[in-house]
Amino acid sequence: MKESSTAPAKTKVSPDRQPHRPLHLHGRFVLLVVAGGILGALSRYGFGMALPAPNGWPLPTLLINLSGALALGWLLEALARSGPDAGLRRIARLGVGSGFLGAYTTYSTLALESVHLFGAGRGMDAMWYLVASLLGGVAATTLGIWLGAFRHRSNQRVQKARP
Amino acid sequence: MTLALLALAGGIGAAARFVVDGVVRSWARTALPLGTIFINVSGSLLIGILAGLVMAHQAPESLQLILGTGFLGGYTTFSTASLETVRLVQSGRTGLALVNGVGTMVACVGAAAAGVGLVLLF
Repeated sequence: MKESSTAPAKTKVSPDRQPHRPLHLHGRFVLLVVAGGILGALSRYGFGMALPAPNGWPLPTLLINLSGALALGWLLEALARSGPDAGLRRIARLGVGSGFLGAYTTYSTLALESVHLFGAGRGMDAMWYLVASLLGGVAATTLGIWLGAFRHRSNQRVQKARP
Repeated sequence: MTLALLALAGGIGAAARFVVDGVVRSWARTALPLGTIFINVSGSLLIGILAGLVMAHQAPESLQLILGTGFLGGYTTFSTASLETVRLVQSGRTGLALVNGVGTMVACVGAAAAGVGLVLLF
């Protein structure tokens, strides 16, 4: 108490502008992730119902996960190259990246589907599913990062070309 | 109604991931993304337990949709796991990238199988 009265400048800092509080302890950032997550889970459910699963092979989850990995690579690379993580960029990263794309893609369903395939004696199908997910995920993310960087590079070229 | 609960559970799952990852990050500062690994392995164990309960104990299917597809689907994530593997490759830590990519996959499939097995045993 005594310290705060001798340092009046400290009392001017409003409680929601504490610079060292991590993002996951800010209610409004958590709510942003909830909102994105609701839309992401709905989209996953919708695509999961609409996409075909040939011979019971979990193609829907694979396509959902790979498209989400590509989108996250693109988003985070494009955001990182356009400026510091603040304002609208932070809202996009948390709402679209952590919330929507995080919930749109899933690891638990991938694990359970391969357990079901193994359990049904379809070990080769399960192995192909896991290998396609792992290598496909790395490839899709890399492509996304490249696209995110590419747009930035071409923007820079346009800016340089202008006098 | 089930669809609305599934969506809401997905949002809560995503928030749980955001908070758990933040907490793990503040505890352990390692090159290996332990937060995402813990989230995906624990979520896979729980979805295995849930699937076992639906299979063996006739738990309602809507429970699997809301808690499995919704909450655990939103809690676990594939996109961040892939991104973190690629970032490890980019920073020259190929060994850690391999541990993260293959290790997470083996651990998650093992955890889901263990979850199903635990319920079917008891």
